[in-house]
Amino acid sequence: MTTTSLFAPSRRRVLQGMGAGLATAALPGHVFAQGAPLKVGFQLHRTGIGAAYGRWYERTATAAATAINAAGGIAGRPVELLFEDDATDPKRGAEVVEKLAGPAACDLIMGTLFSHVVMGSAPRAGELKVPYLVCSEGYHVASGALNRWTLQPAITDVRSQIQSMAPWVAANLGKKVTLIYPDYAFGHDHRDFFTAAMPGQGGEVIAQIGIPPTETSFTRYFPQIPAETEVLYHVMVGPAVLTFVKELGEFYGTGARPQLFGFLDSLEAVDTATPGLEFLEGSHFWEGHCRMKQADAGEAETAYRAAVGVDDMGASVSDPADISTYSHMFSCWETLYFIKQAVEASGYAGVADREKLVEAMEAISDLPAGPERPQGGMVFNGKTHQAFGTQNISQIQGGKLLRVHQTSLEDGMYANDTDYTAMSF
Amino acid sequence: MKVWGLHLAVLAALALLGLVLPQYHATNLARIMVLAVFAMGYNLAFGYAGLLSLGHALFFAAGMYGAGLPAWHWGWGAAPALLAGAMAGGLAAVIVGLLALRTAGVSFMIVTLMFAKAFALTILYFNSWTGGDEGFVVPDTGRALFGATLAADGPRYALAWGLFTVALGLSLLLVRSRFGRVMVALRENEERARMLGINPYAAKLQVMGISGLYSGAAGAAYALLFGYVGGTFADIQYSILPMLYVLLGGAGTVLGAGLGAALMFYLTDVASSVTDAWLFVVGAALVVLVLFAPKGILGWVRARWWRDLP
Repeated sequence: MTTTSLFAPSRRRVLQGMGAGLATAALPGHVFAQGAPLKVGFQLHRTGIGAAYGRWYERTATAAATAINAAGGIAGRPVELLFEDDATDPKRGAEVVEKLAGPAACDLIMGTLFSHVVMGSAPRAGELKVPYLVCSEGYHVASGALNRWTLQPAITDVRSQIQSMAPWVAANLGKKVTLIYPDYAFGHDHRDFFTAAMPGQGGEVIAQIGIPPTETSFTRYFPQIPAETEVLYHVMVGPAVLTFVKELGEFYGTGARPQLFGFLDSLEAVDTATPGLEFLEGSHFWEGHCRMKQADAGEAETAYRAAVGVDDMGASVSDPADISTYSHMFSCWETLYFIKQAVEASGYAGVADREKLVEAMEAISDLPAGPERPQGGMVFNGKTHQAFGTQNISQIQGGKLLRVHQTSLEDGMYANDTDYTAMSF
Repeated sequence: MKVWGLHLAVLAALALLGLVLPQYHATNLARIMVLAVFAMGYNLAFGYAGLLSLGHALFFAAGMYGAGLPAWHWGWGAAPALLAGAMAGGLAAVIVGLLALRTAGVSFMIVTLMFAKAFALTILYFNSWTGGDEGFVVPDTGRALFGATLAADGPRYALAWGLFTVALGLSLLLVRSRFGRVMVALRENEERARMLGINPYAAKLQVMGISGLYSGAAGAAYALLFGYVGGTFADIQYSILPMLYVLLGGAGTVLGAGLGAALMFYLTDVASSVTDAWLFVVGAALVVLVLFAPKGILGWVRARWWRDLP
């Protein structure tokens, strides 16, 4: 198992590689991968606004590669991950794609989370004809805005997430919803998809409150929340989350307040027991993958949690203060297994087979739950290049996130908006 | 003659490099040449006329959106889109200049910074039309130029080189003209220039317009050559970057902007391959430069070896 930064591994990476190698050697009965490595470039948010995610994406992908190599690699070849920092910036992201596809000679590229980096990088991936597998949640892939070479095989998109949860929100929390969202693309996706989903559930969005991205205090927006609001849907992100929640608590005080529903994106890498977040007790959150180990967790979940070094509370086993981005990082693990499935199905041998590899990916449909997919089973739509899966709704009880509902896979399905298979390479 | 020889040799070398370099480095060079045009525009304002702007991201982004939005919404081809982008950059610079040039020094920096920030927020606010922070992919029709596609390596490099050549030639002509001496006079002593009969406000407004035209052309070319338009290109870092390119290469030297852009690009590229702390390496290199070669590389060359280097 090898993980390197391009050209020169850092001391930390060498030690990580040695540790992973020793751990692999200690496992009995495994078949070691041989031959030239399959080089997977990883566009990593190591710095910039996505750094908290990037740290855990790197660990998760490394753990997946270690597990795959210990089990014989991909088509008998070891997986080599090459991480390159994109600074969570679309300009640098495109340059990183060029670097990974060019001098680093990667067979394919994966790992991007932030939508603007995906949008900035995908055109170059398409021009360089390198498979580009993103872990982004953005609707940009299934919308048809990108190209034949860009796929999202291991995480659902925000449209699907919202569509599958709106019925539960309307049935259990309330019908009159006020949205509070950051006033840019991420927030607008939530605003538009949730607003569209509610009438079908007998509910309605009675107010939309967009918060400008430069805002540092939210007190003046709270009086805009209509008194008849039954559910307050919030998706604030970034450092302002703590201020937002604290000020919301001060606004309502100990009096009656609407039900709160949010996306865990707001609290990824943040401890739910952080002082100031007490007001969230009893509120509900979407989770892609439950951060805290649930009572019904199976073997695959337990093994995955151990492999990526996360304890039952969702923190690093080596540092309880280092909270994982558990709700999203599973996508790196599952993307690597998706690559394994497609490479082995296509007989991919080198870059000349890339088109064949993409076609093999497009032919994949059923992605069953198991060690390869600890988050749960998925279905991949080869035409839209998008995966569909289950969603979790958790409630904060005693500072812990406990799942109270899991959507069905069908809840998140929607009609195709595009057909990438009809596009030329 | 010696001056023109040097600049023509640089252009010839760049043309040759486009033919012999591996694809990765040729693409890098195309990107560098476009960024160099942006820096040349900044250099005219800052390096020659002494206008320390923190708002050039606005002009670059105006060019990017000026080209990208018509291509996205109305299906414009690359030629009219490029022209529209350049004009948008120039127009934005004149409008900002009309107000910002009533100030000077630190106030000018702050006013230009505020205009740029307001523009960046405007892009986010009109998300449904601009794509907001997520941005949008420029459609293939918008990247078609005289039967070629700018998504291909050859046409991409050719357009970048062509733009760089025009920008370099005009820059050289400009700084060696009477107006070039007016710019330097404004930078060195505005009051004395006024006493010589120069209208500083009008002259600086012209410089802003030309600088904006360069920035807009660069932004438009960047969008069309690399296929993406997004709100981050209007952020403050894109006001800082051309300044760093110019400071590194040599403020007030025609070739300095391009040299600085190339060095900064490869410093980032190489440092990020060697260490996770590449931002620290880039920062440290700039600190060393400011301490030991405050006039930049070509400024240092001019001070020691070639006093007539424009």
